[in-house]
Amino acid sequence: MVVGVSEVEAKTREIWQALQSVPDPEIPVLSLVDLGIVRRVAVAGNRVEVDITPTFSGCPALDVMIDGVRQAVEGLGYRSIEVRTVLSPVWTTDDLSDEARAKLRDFGLSPPPAHGGHLELVLALPAVCPYCGSEDTVRKNDFGSTLCRSIHVCLACRQPFEAFKPM
Amino acid sequence: MNPELAAPLADFLLGRADDELVLSHRNSEWTGHAPILEEDIAFTNIALDELGHAQLLYGLYAELGRDDPIRTPDQLVYFREAPAFRNAQLAELPIGDWAFSMLRQYLFDSIEASWLPGLTSSRYQPLAEAAAKIAAEERYHLRHTQARVRRLAGGTDESQRRMQTALEAQWPLAQQWFAAEPAHAQLVEAGLIPAAESLAPRWFNEQVAFFEACGLAVPAVERHIPQRDEHTEHLVDLLSELQQVARAHPGAVW
Repeated sequence: MVVGVSEVEAKTREIWQALQSVPDPEIPVLSLVDLGIVRRVAVAGNRVEVDITPTFSGCPALDVMIDGVRQAVEGLGYRSIEVRTVLSPVWTTDDLSDEARAKLRDFGLSPPPAHGGHLELVLALPAVCPYCGSEDTVRKNDFGSTLCRSIHVCLACRQPFEAFKPM
Repeated sequence: MNPELAAPLADFLLGRADDELVLSHRNSEWTGHAPILEEDIAFTNIALDELGHAQLLYGLYAELGRDDPIRTPDQLVYFREAPAFRNAQLAELPIGDWAFSMLRQYLFDSIEASWLPGLTSSRYQPLAEAAAKIAAEERYHLRHTQARVRRLAGGTDESQRRMQTALEAQWPLAQQWFAAEPAHAQLVEAGLIPAAESLAPRWFNEQVAFFEACGLAVPAVERHIPQRDEHTEHLVDLLSELQQVARAHPGAVW
């Protein structure tokens, strides 16, 4: 049987849509696609390959993410699934979609500023308070409840909050 | 990869992976015991980051495909004896007091900051990619530990004394990361890793300037610099704790 290009495209799109429903285990308002860690989806017949890239190299949620990807693809009826982790291109917080940034803010996590590959430019910037929008905030700790979060306090509304660290 | 380069590159990677693992394990001993909650959280996060870096580097070691029956990360971590570890000696010493552990992590962060730019431009692409990943995370470590060392050194008489004592014990041992390793000379020539000797002067001078600005006296380095196969009895203690569950229940899954 000859499979048309459009059919492969449709299948690939269907898999991307399924992955859009796999939540980040630590920030469940974001999907793995929102997070920008799904790098490639390839379908050949009944075989699917998905490449994902870790956010932080020590992230303990990575195995849960891999299982989530596998289950979502299995849910579409595929049985031969390979989920690979790749390091290149390296993940940065610039891979977060605009939609993801809005979701983070609504979740109470200050989204990371875009840096265009120059992380040093944003490391000293104050995190924007996700509650009142003020930039009058202080960083209390570069490390927080997960590897990707830091701890801050808003001096305008007096609310402690977490930020998604720029990477 | 040229097989003549694969073996020394694997040896180099194993040393770096063991550094990350052993220091990560030591720092994790502070989890639940650090002097204040925020530091407990910070140090635990740093330990977890270093464990992630160890995993990346062990993964590179395994990929080099040496005919080594022990080469997966789990095998390397849980089923080698102390003499087979290649970590630098400073990483394995007991945690000491808070100043000792903070200074050690700072020194390690500064050492990584010195090595990583050269590794990021390695001609061995998997190493270059891993180094780029590690470098981004390390920025946060260095910012944190540098601020803490400065604050402890400039704090009370007691915190200053403890930091000075830690520096006297650790400064000579930190030089191990910049000692030339003859087996790695061909890796440098092939553009796979930077030359330790080329990194040493800048690192050394920057650290001397930093510690002096902190009001600490940098001691002379007049002792034997250990090789990577020279360990203290403390590594045996560390491994007996780290490995006991895996060895009691080999192949267990949960």
